[in-house]
Amino acid sequence: MDIFEILTSAAFWAAAIRIASPLIFATMGELICERAGVLNLGIEGIMVAGAFAGWIAVWAGLPLWGGVAVAFVTGMAFGLLHGIFSVPFGLSQHVVGIGVTLLATSLTFYTYRVVLPEVSSPPKITAFQPVEIPLLSKIPLIGPALFNQTPLTYAAFILVGLVALVLYRTPLGLAVRAAGESPSAVAAQGLSVTAIRMGAVIVGSGFMAVGGAFLTLSAFDSFFFDMVNGRGWICIALVVFGVWKPGKALLGAILFAAFDALQIRLQQTTIGAVVPYQLFLMLPYILSILALVLMSRRAEVPAALMVPFNKGER
Amino acid sequence: MTGKAQAQTVLRLSHITKHFGALTANDDVSFELKRGEVIALLGENGAGKTTLMNILFGQYTADAGEVEVFGQTLPPGNPRAALDAGVGMVHQHFTLAGNLTVWENIVLGTQALGALRLDAKAAKAKIAALSKRFHLAVDPESKVGRLSVGERQRVEILKALYREARILILDEPTAVLTPQESDALFATLREAVGQGLSVVFISHKLHEVMAISDRTVVLRHGKLVAERATSETSREELAALMVDGEVSAPKIEAMPPGPALMRLAGVSTKGEGRAPGLHAVDLTLHAGQITGLAGVSGNGQKALSDLISGLANPVSGRFEIAGEPVTDWSPRRALARKIGRIPEDRHHTGTIADFDLTENAVLETYARDFARHGWMDWKGARAQAEGLIGTYDVRCPGPDTRIRLLSGGNMQKLILGRVLETAPRIILANQPVRGLDIGAVNYVHGRLAEAREKGAAVLLISEDLDEIMKLSDVIHVISEGRLSPGFARGTMRADELGQWMAGEGFAQPTEAAHAS
Repeated sequence: MDIFEILTSAAFWAAAIRIASPLIFATMGELICERAGVLNLGIEGIMVAGAFAGWIAVWAGLPLWGGVAVAFVTGMAFGLLHGIFSVPFGLSQHVVGIGVTLLATSLTFYTYRVVLPEVSSPPKITAFQPVEIPLLSKIPLIGPALFNQTPLTYAAFILVGLVALVLYRTPLGLAVRAAGESPSAVAAQGLSVTAIRMGAVIVGSGFMAVGGAFLTLSAFDSFFFDMVNGRGWICIALVVFGVWKPGKALLGAILFAAFDALQIRLQQTTIGAVVPYQLFLMLPYILSILALVLMSRRAEVPAALMVPFNKGER
Repeated sequence: MTGKAQAQTVLRLSHITKHFGALTANDDVSFELKRGEVIALLGENGAGKTTLMNILFGQYTADAGEVEVFGQTLPPGNPRAALDAGVGMVHQHFTLAGNLTVWENIVLGTQALGALRLDAKAAKAKIAALSKRFHLAVDPESKVGRLSVGERQRVEILKALYREARILILDEPTAVLTPQESDALFATLREAVGQGLSVVFISHKLHEVMAISDRTVVLRHGKLVAERATSETSREELAALMVDGEVSAPKIEAMPPGPALMRLAGVSTKGEGRAPGLHAVDLTLHAGQITGLAGVSGNGQKALSDLISGLANPVSGRFEIAGEPVTDWSPRRALARKIGRIPEDRHHTGTIADFDLTENAVLETYARDFARHGWMDWKGARAQAEGLIGTYDVRCPGPDTRIRLLSGGNMQKLILGRVLETAPRIILANQPVRGLDIGAVNYVHGRLAEAREKGAAVLLISEDLDEIMKLSDVIHVISEGRLSPGFARGTMRADELGQWMAGEGFAQPTEAAHAS
């Protein structure tokens, strides 16, 4: 199989979309936080917590969508924690974020051992199954790639549209963007910067957790300790790659996922027989860094990103 | 216009008191604003004007006293309530988001956050109507970050008008404007007052107060010291009220210029982001002269001061110091060539906030004068700091005080001392008195005048045209990185300089040089 064959196969693009889905959720979550002016480095840990919470809820008997909801609420709880320290207290967002990641990760492993003390391999659940969309799935190439996915993947794409709509077409979105640009402008217009930023961090963290839950509820059917594996950090880069715009961030997620899907397939080609597989593993990251450099040259970073806002300070 | 309802009191401040730590910013201040009236709130920097207005607007909470708008007492510390009651405030430091468009900035917070749609069309129509009615031309679609300072101010005023503000508070609105832009602002304000708005105009510039206000309220050290009908007072009386008695401004005696100490001929530098670089600038600094650089901020002042202080290199043109061409320029070389620098931003570039006075006093010379065999000579450094504190009247608890705890004036005195102690040949004074009270202003000006008499060449960069005209032997105007020819003291009126500041005259520089 040569590269051209890979790139024109529906199975390859279906895989890319599947790999992209958790990234899309978490990237949208991070984007919401950053647009309001809060860098959420808790993302990696929140994804781990979300992956576990969604899975354990389904294992305990909840329906799959119930698991998604549990993951969302778990993420919101960690978002609340992050928000309290970073917004009203105005502490360093780096330190708070890394703290939340460590806490969420450790707490997850702790809870795992408490709930399942005896097991050697984690139990399996019945994950989301692909749903063919009538007619659309019959389109050559695009059909099987895009319209034969699990419901959670469809939700990811719908979320991107929703985030864009809210950010650019509603008064709330305007307030969120303004909070990330100039909190003093928000305060001068009689709005609460604290409320807006807290809301953004809480909701954004919820979506990060759903991104994690995608791994256990849709991509696989079980929970492993290292399954998030740095995806959170990739999402931080994707937000920059997407210059803080939902549509471009979506493109970035698909691009990264495509490279990831590509490297797996390249390992099985004739080149893969001679080149060490580690080089292929590096491929998506190297290409992402290159794309990041090219894309974010003229990025307009939210001006008040990582700048705490204290009312009434002289 | 319902002119006869003018007895109606629209705003009443009663017994407002506010402390910041040990500082009393407002001390039992009370006054009233009537419908259709312009009140000037006059006072030195630090007199408490801005604090008072921030209390009125709900951004600070007063320790005592209350604010009444249209007969209703405002809940303290709630900007939303002030906005809803019809108070609009144009802050000295604009509260605008640069990456958002003009209309987005204006609409922010005016539509319910739960609303499913942002009504952009109606908003833009309303903005267009207001722009027309109050002669506030601005493109609603352009990003605020790309606007000039004057345009941004118009956006701020539109923001207030959009919310149907009936009381407009303007905090030092002309500080950043050219004289022409100020005139346009006054026209807008008169228009607004004609339509029944009431205005509180904060300023420390007497001619503006005389031009625009009906009544003047004078604050000094947080206290209301006088209230006058503007038509029944004079500039002299107001000045005396504002500063409490006589103020001795330094006298600049005419003296012949000495030799040229620094010469720029056709020098250009690279711009930085949106800030312009220099374009073929010709400038000569003579010993025993103060050269003033007037201009609206962001027109290349930074490029010129960076060049002189060693932070930037010319890309073309000739750059000479004392007749020798300058190559391989750096801040260290600038110091070695006896250039003293008073930076524009005393908090960020002039000092290190969390270092103490001793450390800040030797920032420029520690390696040369206060180190032996690689070890710091703290004893000598401390003695140096104590010397500066004494000589330059820096009021502080001692040399171990962190410099962030000092007032702006005392901080500036230390910087000034640090510069003057090295006996510089050339002094770059960039906004040396911005934000200082009048005592400190006169002190700094006096020291600069003294250095001039001793034969230093002083380059004074300021946005305050009065300051430039008062001190300078020669005045240049900078606009978009181009430099006007030098105008000798007394040959140009403020409005003529204002035209240069607005960018006029640069097309035929040789002709205009003799136009006065």
